[in-house]
Amino acid sequence: MLRLEARREPSQAMVFGAPLIAVGLTLLAGSLLFGALGHDPVTALRVFFVEPISTANGLAELCLKATPLALCAIGLAIGFRAGVWNIGAEGQLVVGAIAGGGVALLFPQGGSAGLVGLAALAGAAGGLAWAAIPAWLRTRFNANEILTSLMLTYVAGLLLQYLVIGPWKDPMGFNFPQSRTFHRDTMLPILLEGSRLNLGAPIALLAILAGWLLLSRSLLGFQVRVVGLAPAAGVYAGFAPKSIVWFTLLLSGALAGLAGAFEVVGPIGQLLPSISPGYGFTAIIVAFLGRLHPIGILIASLLVALTYLGGEAGQILLRLPIAATGVFQGLLLFFLLACDFLIRYRIRIGGRHREAAP
Amino acid sequence: MSVDLLAAVVTAMTLAATPLLLAAIGEVVTEKAGVLNLGVEGMMLIGAVVAFAATSLSGSASVGILSAALAGAAMALLFAVLALTLLANQVATGLALTILGIGLSALIGKPFVGTPLPRLPQLSIPGLSDLPFVGPVLFGHDALVYFSVAAVFGLWWFLEKTRWGLILRAVGESHDSAHAIGYPVIAIRYGATVFGGALAGIAGAYLSLAYTPMWAENMTAGRGWIALALVVFATWRPFRTLAGAYIFGGVTIAQLHLQGHGFDVPSQFLSMLPYLATVLVLALISRDATRIRLNTPACLGQPFKPAQ
Repeated sequence: MLRLEARREPSQAMVFGAPLIAVGLTLLAGSLLFGALGHDPVTALRVFFVEPISTANGLAELCLKATPLALCAIGLAIGFRAGVWNIGAEGQLVVGAIAGGGVALLFPQGGSAGLVGLAALAGAAGGLAWAAIPAWLRTRFNANEILTSLMLTYVAGLLLQYLVIGPWKDPMGFNFPQSRTFHRDTMLPILLEGSRLNLGAPIALLAILAGWLLLSRSLLGFQVRVVGLAPAAGVYAGFAPKSIVWFTLLLSGALAGLAGAFEVVGPIGQLLPSISPGYGFTAIIVAFLGRLHPIGILIASLLVALTYLGGEAGQILLRLPIAATGVFQGLLLFFLLACDFLIRYRIRIGGRHREAAP
Repeated sequence: MSVDLLAAVVTAMTLAATPLLLAAIGEVVTEKAGVLNLGVEGMMLIGAVVAFAATSLSGSASVGILSAALAGAAMALLFAVLALTLLANQVATGLALTILGIGLSALIGKPFVGTPLPRLPQLSIPGLSDLPFVGPVLFGHDALVYFSVAAVFGLWWFLEKTRWGLILRAVGESHDSAHAIGYPVIAIRYGATVFGGALAGIAGAYLSLAYTPMWAENMTAGRGWIALALVVFATWRPFRTLAGAYIFGGVTIAQLHLQGHGFDVPSQFLSMLPYLATVLVLALISRDATRIRLNTPACLGQPFKPAQ
């Protein structure tokens, strides 16, 4: 019989082991799902998780997809640590794309290679401004940031649709709902010839490094952690909870906005009615899978990026619905949350309780 | 405004309000027991797709609605195992439920995209349904509309007038005291969570069988989250939930009518209205921090682990 037993100390091994067990269980559940859909599980798993990264171009695509996930997740993780639940990163990403894309559209003839920097800054500012709304509503009106940030995601999506159908529609675009394509000067430089990998990936890496320095080496990072673990202690120590709400929301908004701008001045190259397959939502999974720790997030973003590539490969090669990606991502988060139990408890098989023995 | 037009508007409002009301009533029960399940959107989507699939395959809307309730309950059970037994963070688990629900419903619904289905039939009461104005407004709806209004009265009666309602509230207000008196806190929370899931499932069924009789990916379009906001708006009270749902239904219908009449504002801006209204209302209602604190179940979202 299985028995649960509380550990005296949280298990450090399980802090790292739980995500690995969760990935294993997700693969197992995934093969059952593939089997149920009438595919050979081994072939399906290979198509999903091995073939997409068996070429150099595949690896470049992996880093490309991991970039927005990592940028969003690092900001969200800092907020989650402080108990600030920004779940509207997708909306902030979209507004960042609108702001960054708007700058790119202002310079249809280009001008200088520095313009892409301006577009990226505009993107960060756009995301920051969008996240400022829930921050203001929370600090001024006590309104729950989970619900407000999420509602604003729908508003952002509709705003983008309005722009590409209305004022920003390409006049030469045969009435398709899309903007002009951007000039090369307003796009991120390609790092690897022949691939789509661009300057966004190393910048995301820098953001991860900065996030690590912030959390582990700065007073602000310390305040974030204290307020998250023990709000009363934070107040007693004189940390202003409202400032933490503002700081974490603005930071995560700016990073999500940057991610959105990088998407449109990177692989997409124009504004479309939909510019993200839910990176802002998936980043929540990345943040948890990475244990809300910057290094963990780096690894988790690559792993979750693989589910996107795998979903595309599965759609083309096995005619699997693209929704399989979402199922994988949802299962992964579920198993992870379940496995976290093992940090505080251990499972014993058979036998009586130790203390009960004579 | 002519009487017929007014009747049509009220009927349309009812149509838009009912799914919000069903989901919000379920969540009130869940939250009254101290459990914060943010997965309403995911449970509604699963309910919507299961209702549509089951009705298509069986030909019976009753089978569809029942299946949706069971599917929503199953999703909520998954949440309960994680959040109540394995003590996972309730906010994170609720988000996981929504992410899983979006993916799983799209996968299940794939073969049903674009297939038609007859709308849930309106019950007509001979004599009464033919009355002018009163007939269509009060006696011209489908069964789920009556069920949702009855659920409001039922919930009020349960929470305020019964011993079990009192126990449910005690568990949500102070799980330690309830446990000390001898009530099975975890079991009661399981029950409340699963009940909330079943109603969210039925709310989803209403969308895919009555509101727009079809299945489309992500067809809830944030209604699960609006229902969560409604619970705060209603300060966890049944009749205010009813009023809130109909106000939100009214906003939805107003923007659809404005779009339909070629009102000179881009349709995307009108579509933003329900979401903006939710944000506005949340800010207004939450401003009174004392009132929110007095009405929020004191143990909402907190894990309970009985001492060993």
